[in-house]
Amino acid sequence: MTATLIWILVALVAVGLYLSWTAGRLDRLHARIDAARAALDAQLLRRASVAQELATSGVLDPAASIVLYEAAHAARQAEEDQREVAESELSQALRAVFAETPQVEAVREAPGGEEAAHELTEAVRRVPMARRFHNDAVGAARRLREHRKVRWFRLAGHAPFPMAFEMDDEPPTALVERAA
Amino acid sequence: MRIGIVCPYSWDVPGGVQFHIRDLAQYFIGLGHEVSVLAPADDDTPLPPYVVSAGRAVPVPYNGSVARLNFGFLSAARVRRWLHEGRFDVIHIHEPTSPSLGLLTCWAAQGPIVATFHTSNPRSRAMIAAYSILQAALEKISARIAVSEYARRTLVEHLGGDAVVIPNGVDVDFFADAEPRPEWQGGTIGFIGRIDEPRKGLPVLMRALPKILAERPGTRLLVAGRGDEKEAVESLPKELRPRVEFLGMISDEDKARLLRSVDLYVAPNTGGESFGIILVEAMSAGAPVLAADLDAFAQVLDQGKAGELFANEDADALAGAAVRLLADPDRRAELRERGSAHVRRFDWSTVGADILSVYETVTAGAAAVATDDRTSSLRARLGLTRD
Repeated sequence: MTATLIWILVALVAVGLYLSWTAGRLDRLHARIDAARAALDAQLLRRASVAQELATSGVLDPAASIVLYEAAHAARQAEEDQREVAESELSQALRAVFAETPQVEAVREAPGGEEAAHELTEAVRRVPMARRFHNDAVGAARRLREHRKVRWFRLAGHAPFPMAFEMDDEPPTALVERAA
Repeated sequence: MRIGIVCPYSWDVPGGVQFHIRDLAQYFIGLGHEVSVLAPADDDTPLPPYVVSAGRAVPVPYNGSVARLNFGFLSAARVRRWLHEGRFDVIHIHEPTSPSLGLLTCWAAQGPIVATFHTSNPRSRAMIAAYSILQAALEKISARIAVSEYARRTLVEHLGGDAVVIPNGVDVDFFADAEPRPEWQGGTIGFIGRIDEPRKGLPVLMRALPKILAERPGTRLLVAGRGDEKEAVESLPKELRPRVEFLGMISDEDKARLLRSVDLYVAPNTGGESFGIILVEAMSAGAPVLAADLDAFAQVLDQGKAGELFANEDADALAGAAVRLLADPDRRAELRERGSAHVRRFDWSTVGADILSVYETVTAGAAAVATDDRTSSLRARLGLTRD
């Protein structure tokens, strides 16, 4: 009788430890998502700032300046649920403005333009990178959260179900080609 | 930045991954970063100052061949000590799925971890059995790098998730500036790779050789690499055997000079390649490249724009293309030019900057949220375990 009790106790402890370990895994994944999201935010903000700076610098022609300024401003001001759309529109505006290599050359030739162009190139390359890392973390967390043990024992607690960040982040070819 | 790099394979044995890590470490040191490489090595091997030995690797049968791996209590302790003493901003693990240092580091570390997947092995039985253990360790990796689009696809299919593609790097100018050797010039075809490994495709080239020699009798084949030379030419008629010259194992300098000298570099590999660094080296040296149409090779050669492709394992197609190219100096010059322009994207200056961008992306995010989550979630976990 006592032996059975002890075995039941051992089994319960083992199950408890396993669940605790899983909860730890999940916690780590959530922390990774937060970090990846912070990195993505930083890169998006950086891209919008450089774009806005370029738009107000007077290097570009007035029409391109307005298009770029509008898009960059909208991306920075966007509410959370509008963010993906606004950032995609900024990608499109950047692609439209920097569609041709001469435009990039013109920016480089302006005073301080070399730095600005370099900053922008870095930013448009890192946004897709940061987004991929973020969505990779989200995918891993989702796979674990959909598992029975996590749902039945509510191991995820009150953490919201992680959402991927979907946007058009194709960089302007004239910018990345130079760097490649 | 303080960078820790983990090499899963023995530093004593030369190999693609080891060379990649060596060049990467030297590139970062050149930029003024602090780099420490943890690698398995024999105690008496002389190591460069930036390499820390994780002890001797043990030969174990694994995945169909004998692999030299590091595992067990002692290795794990060394990994912990290295992590503790290094206080790295970021660690970069190579080949994290091999049951060696990479996996051990994944277990022991937390914080920004970057991992590069070099091979695109089909999923092994051991990996399926250990899937949940592996998954728990791989979940800690904040950024994954695949060396080619092909390697990325395999990674996505087998492990889920996603990765950015950053190719392997080559010191393009080292090859471009090498001095050609006159005795290796004049109607020569080059091949570099293990002679006795059929995967590297020398048998295919040997089958094609009689046809090439029938059309262009002056052609010579220069073969550089380890293996049994007699066995390699066995399939060839006796009178043709002198047209094949074996150079044995050659130094990096000679490899560059060989690639600078030949009229055509042939890569008849039959499979199992995830990148094809040798093609990049050949293009850097300005050698026209003719390669099997493996996925990875087609990508390195820009779908045939920077070098020609032939149907894999088809000796007749290989012979036809080789004869055509050897007879057409204009086409070869065109390939040289395209290859040299295309190969710049594989130069360390580009590849290293991309890898550094990855480091900066993961460290930027991690610094922002390192501490505050842990205490609250620990309480939550304790609450749950008591239920």
